[in-house]
Amino acid sequence: MNIYVVMKRTFDTEEKVEINDGVIDEEGAEFVINPYDEYAIEEAIVLKETHGGEVTVVTVGDEEAEKELRTALAMGADKAVLLDTEDLDGEMDHYTISEMLGAYFQDKAYDIILGGNVAVDDGAGQTAPRLAEKLGINQLTTITKLDIEGTTATIERDIEGDQEIVEAELPLLVTCQQGLNEPRYPSLPGIMKAKKKPLDTLDLDDLDLDEDDLEAKTKTVDRFLPPEKEAGKKLEGEPAEQVEELVNLLRNEAKVI
Amino acid sequence: MAEKALVLAEVSEGELRNVSFEVIAAGRKVVGDNEVVALLCGDDVSAFSETLIHHGADRVILAEHEDLQNYTTDAYKQAIEQVIEAESPDALLFPHTSPGKDVAPRIATKLDSGLVSDVVELEVDGDEVVFTRPIYSGKAFEKKNVPGSPIFATFRPNNIPPLEADSSRTGETSEVAVEIKDLRTVIKDVIKKTSGGVDLSEASVIVAGGRGVKSAEGFEPLYELADVLGGAVGASRGASDAEYCEYSLQIGQTGKVVTPDLYIAVGISGAIQHLAGMSNSKCIVAINKDAEAPIFDIADYSLTGDLFEIVPLLTEEFKKVKAEA
Repeated sequence: MNIYVVMKRTFDTEEKVEINDGVIDEEGAEFVINPYDEYAIEEAIVLKETHGGEVTVVTVGDEEAEKELRTALAMGADKAVLLDTEDLDGEMDHYTISEMLGAYFQDKAYDIILGGNVAVDDGAGQTAPRLAEKLGINQLTTITKLDIEGTTATIERDIEGDQEIVEAELPLLVTCQQGLNEPRYPSLPGIMKAKKKPLDTLDLDDLDLDEDDLEAKTKTVDRFLPPEKEAGKKLEGEPAEQVEELVNLLRNEAKVI
Repeated sequence: MAEKALVLAEVSEGELRNVSFEVIAAGRKVVGDNEVVALLCGDDVSAFSETLIHHGADRVILAEHEDLQNYTTDAYKQAIEQVIEAESPDALLFPHTSPGKDVAPRIATKLDSGLVSDVVELEVDGDEVVFTRPIYSGKAFEKKNVPGSPIFATFRPNNIPPLEADSSRTGETSEVAVEIKDLRTVIKDVIKKTSGGVDLSEASVIVAGGRGVKSAEGFEPLYELADVLGGAVGASRGASDAEYCEYSLQIGQTGKVVTPDLYIAVGISGAIQHLAGMSNSKCIVAINKDAEAPIFDIADYSLTGDLFEIVPLLTEEFKKVKAEA
Protein backbone atom coordinates (compact mmCIF):
# COMPACT_ATOMS: atom_id res chain seq x y z
CA MET A 1 0.00 0.00 0.00
CA ASN A 2 1.30 3.45 -0.90
CA ILE A 3 0.59 5.59 2.12
CA TYR A 4 1.25 9.32 2.30
CA VAL A 5 0.92 11.77 5.15
CA VAL A 6 0.77 15.54 4.73
CA MET A 7 2.17 17.18 7.82
CA LYS A 8 2.68 20.67 9.21
CA ARG A 9 5.23 21.97 11.65
CA THR A 10 3.45 24.22 14.13
CA PHE A 11 4.10 26.49 17.02
CA ASP A 12 3.70 24.57 20.26
CA THR A 13 0.36 25.76 21.52
CA GLU A 14 1.53 25.90 25.11
CA GLU A 15 3.69 28.80 24.01
CA LYS A 16 2.64 32.33 24.76
CA VAL A 17 1.88 34.13 21.51
CA GLU A 18 3.49 37.51 21.01
CA ILE A 19 2.96 39.83 18.08
CA ASN A 20 5.23 42.63 16.93
CA ASP A 21 3.95 44.89 14.15
CA GLY A 22 1.43 42.32 13.00
CA VAL A 23 4.00 39.52 12.86
CA ILE A 24 3.94 36.53 15.21
CA ASP A 25 7.17 36.47 17.21
CA GLU A 26 8.65 33.00 16.74
CA GLU A 27 11.93 33.80 18.44
CA GLY A 28 12.79 31.05 20.88
CA ALA A 29 9.38 29.34 20.52
CA GLU A 30 9.12 25.56 20.56
CA PHE A 31 7.85 23.90 17.39
CA VAL A 32 6.18 20.52 17.12
CA ILE A 33 4.37 18.27 14.65
CA ASN A 34 0.80 19.58 14.47
CA PRO A 35 -1.00 17.34 17.03
CA TYR A 36 -3.68 16.27 14.53
CA ASP A 37 -0.98 15.31 12.04
CA GLU A 38 0.50 13.02 14.69
CA TYR A 39 -2.72 11.02 14.52
CA ALA A 40 -2.25 10.84 10.75
CA ILE A 41 1.34 9.63 11.07
CA GLU A 42 0.36 7.01 13.66
CA GLU A 43 -2.53 5.75 11.53
CA ALA A 44 -0.27 5.57 8.47
CA ILE A 45 2.22 3.43 10.38
CA VAL A 46 -0.57 1.15 11.64
CA LEU A 47 -1.82 0.75 8.04
CA LYS A 48 1.67 -0.23 6.95
CA GLU A 49 2.01 -2.70 9.83
CA THR A 50 -1.33 -4.27 8.83
CA HIS A 51 -1.15 -4.18 5.05
CA GLY A 52 2.52 -3.72 4.23
CA GLY A 53 3.77 -0.96 1.96
CA GLU A 54 5.50 2.30 2.56
CA VAL A 55 4.79 5.52 4.47
CA THR A 56 5.99 8.83 3.04
CA VAL A 57 5.58 12.02 5.08
CA VAL A 58 5.42 15.26 3.11
CA THR A 59 5.56 18.81 4.41
CA VAL A 60 5.71 22.29 2.95
CA GLY A 61 8.11 24.61 4.72
CA ASP A 62 11.70 25.60 5.16
CA GLU A 63 14.70 23.59 6.34
CA GLU A 64 13.61 24.06 9.96
CA ALA A 65 10.88 21.50 9.26
CA GLU A 66 13.51 18.78 8.82
CA LYS A 67 13.44 18.29 12.59
CA GLU A 68 9.73 17.37 12.58
CA LEU A 69 10.21 15.19 9.48
CA ARG A 70 12.96 13.28 11.33
CA THR A 71 10.58 12.82 14.25
CA ALA A 72 8.01 11.31 11.85
CA LEU A 73 10.72 8.99 10.48
CA ALA A 74 11.64 8.03 14.03
CA MET A 75 8.02 7.14 14.73
CA GLY A 76 8.21 4.71 11.82
CA ALA A 77 7.63 6.49 8.51
CA ASP A 78 9.92 5.29 5.71
CA LYS A 79 10.58 8.45 3.74
CA ALA A 80 10.26 12.17 4.22
CA VAL A 81 9.90 14.93 1.68
CA LEU A 82 10.30 18.65 2.24
CA LEU A 83 8.70 20.92 -0.34
CA ASP A 84 10.92 23.91 0.20
CA THR A 85 9.39 27.38 0.31
CA GLU A 86 12.74 29.16 0.39
CA ASP A 87 12.15 30.67 -3.09
CA LEU A 88 8.85 32.21 -2.04
CA ASP A 89 9.06 35.78 -0.83
CA GLY A 90 5.45 36.84 -0.55
CA GLU A 91 2.65 35.71 1.71
CA MET A 92 1.63 32.06 1.52
CA ASP A 93 -1.87 30.79 2.12
CA HIS A 94 -3.75 27.52 1.74
CA TYR A 95 -3.89 28.04 -1.99
CA THR A 96 -0.09 28.28 -2.14
CA ILE A 97 0.47 25.22 0.04
CA SER A 98 -2.09 23.04 -1.74
CA GLU A 99 -0.71 24.02 -5.16
CA MET A 100 2.75 22.85 -4.04
CA LEU A 101 1.37 19.62 -2.61
CA GLY A 102 -0.74 19.09 -5.74
CA ALA A 103 2.35 19.46 -7.93
CA TYR A 104 4.21 16.94 -5.79
CA PHE A 105 1.43 14.34 -5.88
CA GLN A 106 0.73 14.74 -9.58
CA ASP A 107 2.95 11.85 -10.64
CA LYS A 108 2.69 9.77 -7.47
CA ALA A 109 0.82 6.51 -7.09
CA TYR A 110 -1.05 6.76 -3.79
CA ASP A 111 -3.67 4.56 -2.18
CA ILE A 112 -4.36 6.85 0.72
CA ILE A 113 -3.28 10.32 1.85
CA LEU A 114 -3.71 11.18 5.52
CA GLY A 115 -3.58 14.57 7.21
CA GLY A 116 -4.72 16.28 10.37
CA ASN A 117 -8.20 17.75 10.29
CA VAL A 118 -6.87 21.15 11.22
CA ALA A 119 -3.54 22.76 12.14
CA VAL A 120 -3.58 24.21 15.63
CA ASP A 121 -1.78 27.41 14.65
CA ASP A 122 -3.87 28.54 11.71
CA GLY A 123 -7.03 26.58 12.48
CA ALA A 124 -8.54 26.70 8.99
CA GLY A 125 -8.49 23.06 7.87
CA GLN A 126 -8.32 24.01 4.20
CA THR A 127 -5.17 22.38 2.92
CA ALA A 128 -6.21 18.72 2.86
CA PRO A 129 -9.62 19.22 1.15
CA ARG A 130 -7.97 21.58 -1.32
CA LEU A 131 -5.39 18.90 -2.11
CA ALA A 132 -8.11 16.26 -2.59
CA GLU A 133 -9.86 18.59 -5.03
CA LYS A 134 -6.60 19.25 -6.92
CA LEU A 135 -6.11 15.51 -7.26
CA GLY A 136 -9.78 14.85 -8.04
CA ILE A 137 -10.05 12.21 -5.31
CA ASN A 138 -12.66 11.55 -2.65
CA GLN A 139 -12.17 12.83 0.89
CA LEU A 140 -13.45 11.97 4.33
CA THR A 141 -12.70 14.51 7.03
CA THR A 142 -12.54 14.25 10.85
CA ILE A 143 -12.24 10.46 10.93
CA THR A 144 -12.08 8.53 14.21
CA LYS A 145 -11.75 4.97 12.86
CA LEU A 146 -10.29 3.51 9.70
CA ASP A 147 -10.39 -0.07 8.40
CA ILE A 148 -9.24 -1.03 4.95
CA GLU A 149 -10.06 -4.30 3.26
CA GLY A 150 -8.89 -4.75 -0.30
CA THR A 151 -9.64 -1.37 -1.85
CA THR A 152 -12.58 -0.50 0.39
CA ALA A 153 -12.25 1.73 3.44
CA THR A 154 -14.78 1.59 6.25
CA ILE A 155 -14.59 4.78 8.24
CA GLU A 156 -16.14 6.39 11.28
CA ARG A 157 -16.37 10.17 11.20
CA ASP A 158 -17.00 12.63 13.99
CA ILE A 159 -19.62 15.01 12.63
CA GLU A 160 -20.02 17.64 15.33
CA GLY A 161 -20.31 15.05 18.03
CA ASP A 162 -22.38 12.49 16.16
CA GLN A 163 -20.82 9.45 14.59
CA GLU A 164 -21.17 8.66 10.91
CA ILE A 165 -20.15 5.32 9.44
CA VAL A 166 -19.25 5.37 5.78
CA GLU A 167 -17.68 3.27 3.06
CA ALA A 168 -15.50 4.55 0.27
CA GLU A 169 -13.10 3.17 -2.29
CA LEU A 170 -9.40 3.96 -2.45
CA PRO A 171 -7.67 6.18 -3.47
CA LEU A 172 -8.84 8.45 -0.72
CA LEU A 173 -7.77 11.43 1.34
CA VAL A 174 -8.70 11.41 5.01
CA THR A 175 -8.22 13.95 7.80
CA CYS A 176 -7.72 12.69 11.32
CA GLN A 177 -9.62 13.65 14.43
CA GLN A 178 -8.80 13.05 18.05
CA GLY A 179 -9.93 9.59 19.16
CA LEU A 180 -8.53 7.85 16.06
CA ASN A 181 -5.48 6.48 17.90
CA GLU A 182 -2.78 7.24 20.44
CA PRO A 183 0.33 8.41 18.59
CA ARG A 184 3.45 6.52 19.64
CA TYR A 185 6.58 8.19 20.91
CA PRO A 186 9.72 7.66 18.81
CA SER A 187 11.81 4.86 20.35
CA LEU A 188 15.57 5.16 20.73
CA PRO A 189 16.26 2.60 17.96
CA GLY A 190 13.65 4.45 15.90
CA ILE A 191 15.55 7.70 16.35
CA MET A 192 18.82 6.01 15.34
CA LYS A 193 17.23 4.46 12.24
CA ALA A 194 15.60 7.75 11.28
CA LYS A 195 18.98 9.34 10.75
CA LYS A 196 19.62 7.00 7.83
CA LYS A 197 16.19 7.19 6.25
CA PRO A 198 15.78 9.29 3.09
CA LEU A 199 14.72 12.92 3.50
CA ASP A 200 14.43 14.65 0.13
CA THR A 201 14.12 18.36 -0.41
CA LEU A 202 12.34 19.60 -3.52
CA ASP A 203 12.33 23.23 -4.57
CA LEU A 204 9.97 25.05 -6.93
CA ASP A 205 12.03 24.02 -9.98
CA ASP A 206 11.84 20.37 -8.97
CA LEU A 207 8.05 20.74 -8.72
CA ASP A 208 7.91 22.56 -12.05
CA LEU A 209 6.27 25.54 -10.37
CA ASP A 210 6.80 29.24 -10.76
CA GLU A 211 6.64 31.71 -7.89
CA ASP A 212 4.01 33.72 -9.79
CA ASP A 213 1.65 30.73 -9.83
CA LEU A 214 1.74 30.47 -6.07
CA GLU A 215 0.72 33.95 -5.03
CA ALA A 216 -1.64 33.82 -2.07
CA LYS A 217 -5.33 34.36 -2.87
CA THR A 218 -5.98 35.87 0.55
CA LYS A 219 -4.14 38.72 2.18
CA THR A 220 -3.43 39.21 5.87
CA VAL A 221 -3.94 42.85 6.81
CA ASP A 222 -3.40 42.61 10.56
CA ARG A 223 -2.67 40.29 13.45
CA PHE A 224 -3.41 41.20 17.04
CA LEU A 225 -3.84 39.83 20.52
CA PRO A 226 -7.25 39.86 22.16
CA PRO A 227 -7.72 42.55 24.81
CA GLU A 228 -6.59 41.43 28.26
CA LYS A 229 -9.48 40.19 30.26
CA GLU A 230 -10.22 42.18 33.36
CA ALA A 231 -10.16 40.23 36.59
CA GLY A 232 -13.58 38.87 37.36
CA LYS A 233 -15.53 38.85 40.58
CA LYS A 234 -14.81 36.30 43.27
CA LEU A 235 -18.04 35.55 45.06
CA GLU A 236 -17.84 34.88 48.75
CA GLY A 237 -19.83 33.34 51.54
CA GLU A 238 -21.73 30.11 51.95
CA PRO A 239 -22.54 28.16 48.76
CA ALA A 240 -26.19 29.25 48.89
CA GLU A 241 -25.14 32.91 49.16
CA GLN A 242 -22.68 32.61 46.29
CA VAL A 243 -25.34 30.95 44.14
CA GLU A 244 -27.92 33.62 44.88
CA GLU A 245 -25.45 36.39 44.09
CA LEU A 246 -24.35 34.67 40.89
CA VAL A 247 -27.88 34.34 39.54
CA ASN A 248 -28.49 37.97 40.38
CA LEU A 249 -25.28 39.06 38.57
CA LEU A 250 -26.02 36.92 35.52
CA ARG A 251 -29.47 38.49 35.23
CA ASN A 252 -28.72 42.09 36.06
CA GLU A 253 -25.05 42.71 35.32
CA ALA A 254 -23.97 40.27 32.60
CA LYS A 255 -27.57 40.04 31.30
CA VAL A 256 -26.96 36.62 29.79
CA ILE A 257 -30.05 34.91 31.16
CA MET B 1 -19.71 46.49 -3.06
CA ALA B 2 -20.45 42.89 -3.98
CA GLU B 3 -23.57 42.49 -6.10
CA LYS B 4 -24.79 39.09 -5.14
CA ALA B 5 -23.99 37.01 -2.08
CA LEU B 6 -24.80 33.33 -2.15
CA VAL B 7 -25.11 32.09 1.42
CA LEU B 8 -25.42 28.45 2.37
CA ALA B 9 -28.21 27.70 4.84
CA GLU B 10 -28.19 24.47 6.80
CA VAL B 11 -30.85 22.18 8.19
CA SER B 12 -30.08 19.76 10.98
CA GLU B 13 -32.56 17.35 12.57
CA GLY B 14 -35.50 18.92 10.81
CA GLU B 15 -34.70 22.49 11.79
CA LEU B 16 -32.80 25.39 10.29
CA ARG B 17 -29.56 25.91 12.14
CA ASN B 18 -29.12 29.41 13.57
CA VAL B 19 -25.91 29.81 11.66
CA SER B 20 -28.09 30.05 8.53
CA PHE B 21 -29.41 33.39 9.80
CA GLU B 22 -25.91 34.46 10.75
CA VAL B 23 -24.55 33.93 7.23
CA ILE B 24 -27.56 35.82 5.84
CA ALA B 25 -26.68 38.72 8.16
CA ALA B 26 -23.06 38.54 6.97
CA GLY B 27 -24.31 38.52 3.38
CA ARG B 28 -26.38 41.64 4.02
CA LYS B 29 -23.30 43.43 5.32
CA VAL B 30 -21.26 42.39 2.29
CA VAL B 31 -23.80 43.39 -0.39
CA GLY B 32 -25.64 46.31 1.24
CA ASP B 33 -28.81 46.87 -0.78
CA ASN B 34 -27.81 44.29 -3.38
CA GLU B 35 -29.00 40.71 -3.37
CA VAL B 36 -28.59 38.04 -0.71
CA VAL B 37 -29.53 34.62 -2.09
CA ALA B 38 -29.83 31.73 0.36
CA LEU B 39 -29.19 28.23 -0.91
CA LEU B 40 -30.68 25.34 1.00
CA CYS B 41 -29.78 21.77 0.05
CA GLY B 42 -31.70 18.74 1.30
CA ASP B 43 -34.33 16.17 0.56
CA ASP B 44 -37.47 17.97 1.69
CA VAL B 45 -36.65 21.49 2.78
CA SER B 46 -39.17 23.77 1.05
CA ALA B 47 -40.91 24.54 4.36
CA PHE B 48 -37.91 26.60 5.48
CA SER B 49 -37.70 29.12 2.67
CA GLU B 50 -40.09 31.62 4.23
CA THR B 51 -38.09 31.70 7.47
CA LEU B 52 -34.91 32.43 5.53
CA ILE B 53 -36.63 35.36 3.82
CA HIS B 54 -37.97 36.66 7.13
CA HIS B 55 -34.39 36.64 8.42
CA GLY B 56 -33.12 38.78 5.58
CA ALA B 57 -32.64 36.65 2.45
CA ASP B 58 -33.94 38.35 -0.71
CA ARG B 59 -34.34 35.11 -2.56
CA VAL B 60 -34.13 31.40 -1.73
CA ILE B 61 -32.92 28.59 -3.94
CA LEU B 62 -33.93 25.09 -2.95
CA ALA B 63 -31.80 22.22 -4.21
CA GLU B 64 -33.87 19.18 -3.34
CA HIS B 65 -32.59 15.72 -4.12
CA GLU B 66 -32.67 12.43 -2.24
CA ASP B 67 -28.87 12.35 -2.29
CA LEU B 68 -28.79 15.65 -0.40
CA GLN B 69 -30.65 14.32 2.62
CA ASN B 70 -27.36 13.51 4.32
CA TYR B 71 -24.20 15.43 3.62
CA THR B 72 -21.57 13.88 1.40
CA THR B 73 -18.75 15.86 -0.16
CA ASP B 74 -19.54 14.77 -3.72
CA ALA B 75 -23.29 15.40 -3.61
CA TYR B 76 -23.10 18.81 -1.94
CA LYS B 77 -20.18 19.96 -4.05
CA GLN B 78 -22.02 19.08 -7.25
CA ALA B 79 -25.22 20.80 -6.13
CA ILE B 80 -23.49 23.97 -4.90
CA GLU B 81 -21.31 24.21 -8.00
CA GLN B 82 -24.33 23.97 -10.27
CA VAL B 83 -26.01 26.82 -8.40
CA ILE B 84 -22.83 28.93 -8.49
CA GLU B 85 -22.60 28.29 -12.23
CA ALA B 86 -26.18 29.48 -12.77
CA GLU B 87 -26.06 32.44 -10.37
CA SER B 88 -22.49 33.77 -10.70
CA PRO B 89 -22.38 35.27 -7.19
CA ASP B 90 -19.43 37.50 -6.32
CA ALA B 91 -19.57 36.59 -2.62
CA LEU B 92 -19.89 33.11 -1.12
CA LEU B 93 -20.58 32.86 2.60
CA PHE B 94 -20.88 29.42 4.21
CA PRO B 95 -21.22 28.21 7.79
CA HIS B 96 -18.00 26.91 9.36
CA THR B 97 -19.77 23.70 10.35
CA SER B 98 -18.99 20.08 9.59
CA PRO B 99 -20.44 20.33 6.03
CA GLY B 100 -19.24 23.90 5.41
CA LYS B 101 -15.67 23.16 6.46
CA ASP B 102 -15.62 20.04 4.32
CA VAL B 103 -16.95 21.48 1.08
CA ALA B 104 -15.80 25.13 1.03
CA PRO B 105 -12.07 24.46 0.43
CA ARG B 106 -12.93 22.14 -2.47
CA ILE B 107 -15.18 24.72 -4.09
CA ALA B 108 -12.55 27.43 -3.57
CA THR B 109 -9.99 25.21 -5.27
CA LYS B 110 -12.34 24.51 -8.18
CA LEU B 111 -12.99 28.26 -8.55
CA ASP B 112 -9.27 29.01 -8.14
CA SER B 113 -10.23 31.36 -5.35
CA GLY B 114 -9.10 32.37 -1.90
CA LEU B 115 -11.06 31.37 1.18
CA VAL B 116 -11.05 32.79 4.70
CA SER B 117 -12.14 30.11 7.19
CA ASP B 118 -13.69 30.32 10.64
CA VAL B 119 -14.59 34.00 10.59
CA VAL B 120 -15.96 35.60 13.76
CA GLU B 121 -16.37 39.19 12.58
CA LEU B 122 -16.46 41.19 9.36
CA GLU B 123 -16.06 44.84 8.43
CA VAL B 124 -17.14 46.26 5.10
CA ASP B 125 -15.67 49.44 3.70
CA GLY B 126 -16.92 50.02 0.17
CA ASP B 127 -15.58 47.17 -1.93
CA GLU B 128 -13.29 45.88 0.74
CA VAL B 129 -14.44 43.20 3.13
CA VAL B 130 -12.10 42.43 6.01
CA PHE B 131 -12.66 39.23 7.96
CA THR B 132 -11.44 38.63 11.50
CA ARG B 133 -10.61 35.08 12.54
CA PRO B 134 -8.96 33.48 15.56
CA ILE B 135 -5.52 31.90 15.20
CA TYR B 136 -3.39 29.91 17.65
CA SER B 137 -6.60 28.50 19.17
CA GLY B 138 -7.97 31.93 19.99
CA LYS B 139 -4.78 33.25 21.58
CA ALA B 140 -4.52 35.76 18.75
CA PHE B 141 -6.58 37.05 15.82
CA GLU B 142 -5.88 37.94 12.23
CA LYS B 143 -7.67 40.15 9.73
CA LYS B 144 -7.77 38.91 6.17
CA ASN B 145 -9.32 39.85 2.87
CA VAL B 146 -9.79 38.14 -0.46
CA PRO B 147 -8.43 40.44 -3.20
CA GLY B 148 -9.89 38.42 -6.11
CA SER B 149 -13.43 37.36 -6.91
CA PRO B 150 -15.49 35.77 -5.47
CA ILE B 151 -15.12 36.88 -1.88
CA PHE B 152 -15.30 33.56 -0.03
CA ALA B 153 -15.52 32.93 3.73
CA THR B 154 -16.89 30.46 6.27
CA PHE B 155 -18.38 31.72 9.54
CA ARG B 156 -18.05 30.25 13.01
CA PRO B 157 -21.53 29.70 14.50
CA ASN B 158 -22.73 32.02 17.26
CA ASN B 159 -20.60 35.05 16.35
CA ILE B 160 -22.31 37.19 13.69
CA PRO B 161 -25.55 38.60 15.15
CA PRO B 162 -28.52 37.53 13.02
CA LEU B 163 -30.97 40.15 11.74
CA GLU B 164 -34.26 40.56 13.53
CA ALA B 165 -36.89 38.35 11.88
CA ASP B 166 -39.48 40.36 9.96
CA SER B 167 -42.53 38.33 8.98
CA SER B 168 -43.67 41.00 6.52
CA ARG B 169 -40.65 40.40 4.27
CA THR B 170 -41.36 38.61 1.02
CA GLY B 171 -39.14 37.09 -1.63
CA GLU B 172 -39.03 34.59 -4.40
CA THR B 173 -38.26 30.91 -3.84
CA SER B 174 -37.10 28.80 -6.73
CA GLU B 175 -36.33 25.13 -6.99
CA VAL B 176 -33.38 23.97 -9.02
CA ALA B 177 -33.09 20.49 -10.43
CA VAL B 178 -29.54 19.50 -9.59
CA GLU B 179 -27.84 16.59 -11.26
CA ILE B 180 -25.94 14.38 -8.85
CA LYS B 181 -23.88 11.45 -9.99
CA ASP B 182 -20.89 9.21 -9.28
CA LEU B 183 -21.09 9.45 -5.50
CA ARG B 184 -17.99 7.95 -3.96
CA THR B 185 -19.06 7.81 -0.32
CA VAL B 186 -21.78 5.51 0.96
CA ILE B 187 -23.26 6.44 4.33
CA LYS B 188 -23.94 3.27 6.29
CA ASP B 189 -25.19 4.71 9.54
CA VAL B 190 -25.35 7.85 11.65
CA ILE B 191 -25.26 7.37 15.40
CA LYS B 192 -26.56 10.31 17.40
CA LYS B 193 -24.38 11.05 20.39
CA THR B 194 -25.13 14.67 21.05
CA SER B 195 -27.21 15.45 24.09
CA GLY B 196 -30.78 16.66 24.07
CA GLY B 197 -30.60 18.13 20.61
CA VAL B 198 -28.69 21.26 21.68
CA ASP B 199 -25.59 21.43 19.52
CA LEU B 200 -22.48 22.43 21.47
CA SER B 201 -21.15 24.74 18.77
CA GLU B 202 -24.43 26.67 18.63
CA ALA B 203 -25.52 26.45 22.27
CA SER B 204 -25.98 29.81 23.96
CA VAL B 205 -25.36 28.23 27.37
CA ILE B 206 -22.80 25.50 28.06
CA VAL B 207 -22.25 23.69 31.35
CA ALA B 208 -18.87 21.96 31.13
CA GLY B 209 -17.42 19.44 33.56
CA GLY B 210 -13.81 18.56 34.29
CA ARG B 211 -11.91 16.03 36.35
CA GLY B 212 -13.42 17.51 39.48
CA VAL B 213 -16.76 15.95 38.48
CA LYS B 214 -15.11 12.61 39.33
CA SER B 215 -17.38 10.16 37.48
CA ALA B 216 -20.01 9.66 34.80
CA GLU B 217 -22.66 9.88 37.54
CA GLY B 218 -21.09 13.14 38.63
CA PHE B 219 -22.16 14.61 35.30
CA GLU B 220 -25.87 14.10 36.13
CA PRO B 221 -26.29 17.39 38.04
CA LEU B 222 -24.57 19.18 35.14
CA TYR B 223 -27.16 17.80 32.72
CA GLU B 224 -29.92 18.99 35.04
CA LEU B 225 -28.43 22.47 35.18
CA ALA B 226 -28.01 22.57 31.39
CA ASP B 227 -31.62 21.44 30.97
CA VAL B 228 -32.97 24.28 33.09
CA LEU B 229 -30.94 26.79 31.07
CA GLY B 230 -31.77 25.23 27.68
CA GLY B 231 -28.07 24.62 27.19
CA ALA B 232 -25.69 21.82 26.32
CA VAL B 233 -23.16 19.87 28.36
CA GLY B 234 -19.47 19.93 27.48
CA ALA B 235 -16.31 18.57 29.06
CA SER B 236 -12.61 19.11 29.45
CA ARG B 237 -10.12 16.68 27.99
CA GLY B 238 -9.44 15.41 31.49
CA ALA B 239 -13.06 14.38 31.91
CA SER B 240 -13.36 12.71 28.51
CA ASP B 241 -10.01 10.94 28.86
CA ALA B 242 -11.24 9.59 32.19
CA GLU B 243 -14.36 8.40 30.33
CA TYR B 244 -16.79 10.40 32.42
CA CYS B 245 -18.40 11.34 29.09
CA GLU B 246 -18.12 10.98 25.30
CA TYR B 247 -15.17 12.48 23.44
CA SER B 248 -17.73 14.32 21.36
CA LEU B 249 -18.37 16.62 24.32
CA GLN B 250 -14.77 17.70 24.60
CA ILE B 251 -14.05 21.42 24.41
CA GLY B 252 -10.56 22.73 23.86
CA GLN B 253 -7.51 22.54 21.67
CA THR B 254 -8.37 19.01 20.59
CA GLY B 255 -12.11 19.14 20.58
CA LYS B 256 -14.64 21.83 19.97
CA VAL B 257 -14.19 25.55 20.03
CA VAL B 258 -17.25 27.26 21.49
CA THR B 259 -18.38 30.84 22.07
CA PRO B 260 -21.64 30.69 24.04
CA ASP B 261 -23.19 33.64 25.86
CA LEU B 262 -22.70 31.80 29.15
CA TYR B 263 -20.06 29.18 29.91
CA ILE B 264 -20.19 27.49 33.29
CA ALA B 265 -16.95 25.60 34.01
CA VAL B 266 -17.54 23.03 36.73
CA GLY B 267 -14.56 21.32 38.34
CA ILE B 268 -12.31 22.39 35.47
CA SER B 269 -8.88 23.64 36.52
CA GLY B 270 -8.37 25.56 33.28
CA ALA B 271 -5.41 24.04 31.42
CA ILE B 272 -4.30 26.20 28.53
CA GLN B 273 -5.61 23.58 26.05
CA HIS B 274 -9.08 23.89 27.52
CA LEU B 275 -9.00 27.68 27.56
CA ALA B 276 -8.23 27.56 23.82
CA GLY B 277 -11.69 26.14 23.25
CA MET B 278 -13.78 28.46 25.38
CA SER B 279 -11.94 31.62 26.40
CA ASN B 280 -13.90 33.74 23.90
CA SER B 281 -17.21 32.90 25.56
CA LYS B 282 -19.14 36.05 26.38
CA CYS B 283 -19.55 35.34 30.10
CA ILE B 284 -17.57 32.72 32.01
CA VAL B 285 -18.55 31.31 35.39
CA ALA B 286 -16.12 29.00 37.19
CA ILE B 287 -16.98 26.67 40.03
CA ASN B 288 -14.00 25.03 41.69
CA LYS B 289 -12.93 24.00 45.15
CA ASP B 290 -9.35 25.09 44.49
CA ALA B 291 -9.23 28.87 44.99
CA GLU B 292 -5.96 28.94 43.00
CA ALA B 293 -7.33 27.18 39.89
CA PRO B 294 -6.18 28.97 36.71
CA ILE B 295 -9.75 28.99 35.38
CA PHE B 296 -10.48 31.74 37.93
CA ASP B 297 -8.04 34.05 36.10
CA ILE B 298 -10.29 34.23 33.07
CA ALA B 299 -13.70 33.79 34.75
CA ASP B 300 -16.08 36.73 35.05
CA TYR B 301 -17.59 35.19 38.17
CA SER B 302 -15.81 32.70 40.41
CA LEU B 303 -17.46 30.46 42.96
CA THR B 304 -15.21 28.61 45.37
CA GLY B 305 -16.58 25.47 46.94
CA ASP B 306 -17.88 21.95 46.45
CA LEU B 307 -19.42 21.61 43.01
CA PHE B 308 -21.72 18.79 44.19
CA GLU B 309 -23.26 21.27 46.60
CA ILE B 310 -23.20 24.36 44.38
CA VAL B 311 -24.49 22.92 41.07
CA PRO B 312 -27.80 21.55 42.44
CA LEU B 313 -28.34 24.82 44.35
CA LEU B 314 -27.76 26.70 41.12
CA THR B 315 -30.27 24.50 39.29
CA GLU B 316 -32.86 25.21 41.99
CA GLU B 317 -32.17 28.94 41.92
CA PHE B 318 -32.55 29.11 38.13
CA LYS B 319 -35.78 27.10 38.38
CA LYS B 320 -37.10 29.64 40.87
CA VAL B 321 -36.14 32.55 38.63
CA LYS B 322 -37.78 30.86 35.64
CA ALA B 323 -40.96 30.22 37.58
CA GLU B 324 -41.14 33.91 38.55
CA ALA B 325 -40.61 35.09 34.98
